[in-house]
Amino acid sequence: MIEATYSSSSALLIAKGIGKRFGGLSALDQVSLSIPSGSIYGLIGPNGAGKTTLFNVLTGIYRADEGTFELDGRSLTHCRSDQICTLGIARTFQNIRLFGNMTAIENVMVGRHVRTHSGILGAILRLPSQRTEEQAMITRAQELLNFVGIGQHANQVARQLPYGDQRRLEIARALATDPKLLALDEPAAGMNDTETATLGRLLQKIKESGVTILLIEHDVKLVMGLCDRVAVLEYGRLIAEGKPANVKNDPRVIAAYLGTEVS
Amino acid sequence: MKSKVWLGLLSLALIIALPFGTDLILGRSWVRLLDFALLYAMLALGLNIVVGYAGLLDLGYVAFYAVGAYLYAMLASPHLGMHWPLWALLPMGALVAASFGALLGAPTLGLRGDYLAIVTMGFGEIIRIFLRNLNVTNGPAGIDLIDPIQIGGFSFGANHSLLGWDLPGIYSYYFLFIILTALIILISHRLSDSRIGRAWSAIREDEIAAKSSGLNTRHLKLMAFAMGAAFGGVSGVLFAGFQGFISPESFTMGESIMILCMVVLGGMGHISGVIMGAILLAILPEAFRPLSQFQQATFGHVWLDPANLRMLMFAIALIVVMIIRPEGLWPSPVHRRELHANDSEAGSSQKAAL
Amino acid sequence: MDIFLQQVINGLVQGSLYALVALGYTMVYGIIELVNFAHGEVVMVGALVGLSVIERMAARGDTGWGVIAIGVLVAIPSCMALGLGIERIAYRPLRKAPRLAPLISAIGVSIALQQLAALIWGRNYLHYPDVLANPQFHIGGAVITQVQLVILGITGILMLGTWVIVQKTALGRAMRASAQNPSVAGLMGVNVDRIIASTFLMGSGLAAVAGVLVGTYYGVGNHTMGFMLGLKAFTAAVLGGIGSLWGAMLGGLLLGVIENLGAGYLSSLTNGAIGSNYSDVLAFLMLIGVLIFRPSGLMGERGSEKV
Repeated sequence: MIEATYSSSSALLIAKGIGKRFGGLSALDQVSLSIPSGSIYGLIGPNGAGKTTLFNVLTGIYRADEGTFELDGRSLTHCRSDQICTLGIARTFQNIRLFGNMTAIENVMVGRHVRTHSGILGAILRLPSQRTEEQAMITRAQELLNFVGIGQHANQVARQLPYGDQRRLEIARALATDPKLLALDEPAAGMNDTETATLGRLLQKIKESGVTILLIEHDVKLVMGLCDRVAVLEYGRLIAEGKPANVKNDPRVIAAYLGTEVS
Repeated sequence: MKSKVWLGLLSLALIIALPFGTDLILGRSWVRLLDFALLYAMLALGLNIVVGYAGLLDLGYVAFYAVGAYLYAMLASPHLGMHWPLWALLPMGALVAASFGALLGAPTLGLRGDYLAIVTMGFGEIIRIFLRNLNVTNGPAGIDLIDPIQIGGFSFGANHSLLGWDLPGIYSYYFLFIILTALIILISHRLSDSRIGRAWSAIREDEIAAKSSGLNTRHLKLMAFAMGAAFGGVSGVLFAGFQGFISPESFTMGESIMILCMVVLGGMGHISGVIMGAILLAILPEAFRPLSQFQQATFGHVWLDPANLRMLMFAIALIVVMIIRPEGLWPSPVHRRELHANDSEAGSSQKAAL
Repeated sequence: MDIFLQQVINGLVQGSLYALVALGYTMVYGIIELVNFAHGEVVMVGALVGLSVIERMAARGDTGWGVIAIGVLVAIPSCMALGLGIERIAYRPLRKAPRLAPLISAIGVSIALQQLAALIWGRNYLHYPDVLANPQFHIGGAVITQVQLVILGITGILMLGTWVIVQKTALGRAMRASAQNPSVAGLMGVNVDRIIASTFLMGSGLAAVAGVLVGTYYGVGNHTMGFMLGLKAFTAAVLGGIGSLWGAMLGGLLLGVIENLGAGYLSSLTNGAIGSNYSDVLAFLMLIGVLIFRPSGLMGERGSEKV
């Protein structure tokens, strides 16, 4: 069993002994992670290794059968997904899940929901406070769209955006919640090399803005080039963890996953 | 901008002239029908919050209509000897119905679409069964001699006259209902274009993504149930005062289904579409009435029961429309905001004008 | 007389009729996730077609179970044709439409069938002619009639038959495959349109039998009889876990028994404060309770959403 070594002072997210079973099958078994604050942390592994399951546990969509996890010293183990988002973890989905019939900017404004307050009465009466807040939401949402590079599509309906733009929109929506940790589930899936390179630069920019990133990715080149640390899952277990260069040369990793792809 | 003002004035003139024209051309019973159409429009707009905005399929919506109606009937009739005024009962109807909405909504929050539908249907039936069997609601006989709506000294039930026109109650009610419908439209519109409204849409579009974006879906769904129910309660209060008599039979599941049809047929989530759906479905059965005269004229004999024939045509129209336009007759345009990118200044002034 | 046993017997009979109708809902829902709102009306048509046939024969002086059987045999193909027509006209064109559109067209079909029936058979309650001697049997202080026994027997056989078809035949396999994943089933060479049509055929056939049995049991038929029956049967299907055959059976029986026990006992248990009028409340409250604690019904599979 490999356990991540961490110094808790700099760790943003700490997961200890996470286990999840479906029926009799163990999807995650004793997975422990520590994600340093301000890093890009890669999570790789063959298909079915449990990466997305781990994401779903960390974002409250599944409840862990065993183990605990905390963000910034605060336990999230028993939180609902909306609470987890409020406390600082935002995510994207492997199969993009946008609000398809809403415009791009509306999608991002939904992301602002947790950081804003106006309620039904404010909306009905159009109170000044509500209007200021609404205006601030629009401004912030537009900034985020510009930031991810689709500012010109603000008023297009989400489902009509090209695939790559939908991925960016999902990132913008997640960023709108002011997360401490941004969890991205295969953001480069289906992108060509140029798009992937642009995405890499975007992730770097997000990191520089102070947001920690947890990244599931199949594109090994992207992961190895971008991540500060990498964890490898196989059959629901953590088989390696460390700096990309070290992980790349770990014989178990090569055997399990990377094989001939890295050489 | 100027043309917009003119368009507004023209619509206003049309709305004011409508009952008079209807009376002249189609007869007085059609003015009454107009009143009912407006009541349905309010109901449909209420259900639209639940079904159209938040995407929650509610088949027991008529229960809230009943709550409002019975509240008014019990507190403004000889039945319990109380005669409370409208200004107290209208907000009370909204509040009580909203509480019922939240109360009945609470246990259903975890349920998916069709399960939610059947549970809400069950709740609707439960409320009707209680109305039928309680003493305080006077059982199946219902409540009679309900006070007509009165504001200040003005009774909406009485005859009035204006410039030589004889104006029976149905006219006064028409204008009252128009004002309240306009208010409900305004509220619906402002809600849809607000933080809460966007959150409702997000839940409708993808509940899991909504939760992961930090939306407290339970809380938001309850708000939708309560808000929709409040509109239902208001319509119920007005209905009881307008009709003067109510019984449990006015609040059957068939009525819930009819309101749902209005919302879906018109175009879920789209205010204009929903209003059109409501008016169309309220009037359509009546519009098929001449069928019996047609039979009489053609065959010299009414072969087929006109009431059934009318409902049959109505049902066929419903099916045909759904097949031809499954999104509804007047769905919301895909590009809802005519904002241009990086042009939020113009956009905000336009929004403020709405 | 043993009231409890009597109410249980009556409840089981009523419940088995619910179950028969619930099968139609559950099978259709299992495959296309549509609440076939018009299914109750198919039952009604079955009952009224059967009634017309039985009336003719009774007028000639024929009596006995043979008359009922012929009524059923005429009702089955009529309802099957009807079910097939409904699917073809009102549902198939809407298979890719927004989710509520087929529900509305289903409601349209339901209203249309009621009105058509009123035009054909009139609006009054029609009485099933007395063609059966209907002897009674006493068991442990309660009475069970021959009609009740036959209903229990026939529904039992039909449930078993349906189960065999769904579990053991090629058609059933294709049905289950389509229910799991229509597009994959289509790729594997299953003609999904045909399967859906077969599902409607089976459901409508069962509805026809249920219709004639309901008419025979209660002695009356009317163009509105399908609505409440359909609603109760759908409730039963949801209660048992929609998509599950045994769930429909269990849900139907449970609903029937609870309703009848409620009708028998509510009044005396509450000193008359809550009368038997509230037995429907009891049925719905039970449904709501079950759904809150087991959202997929008593025997439904827990469908976890794919993320």
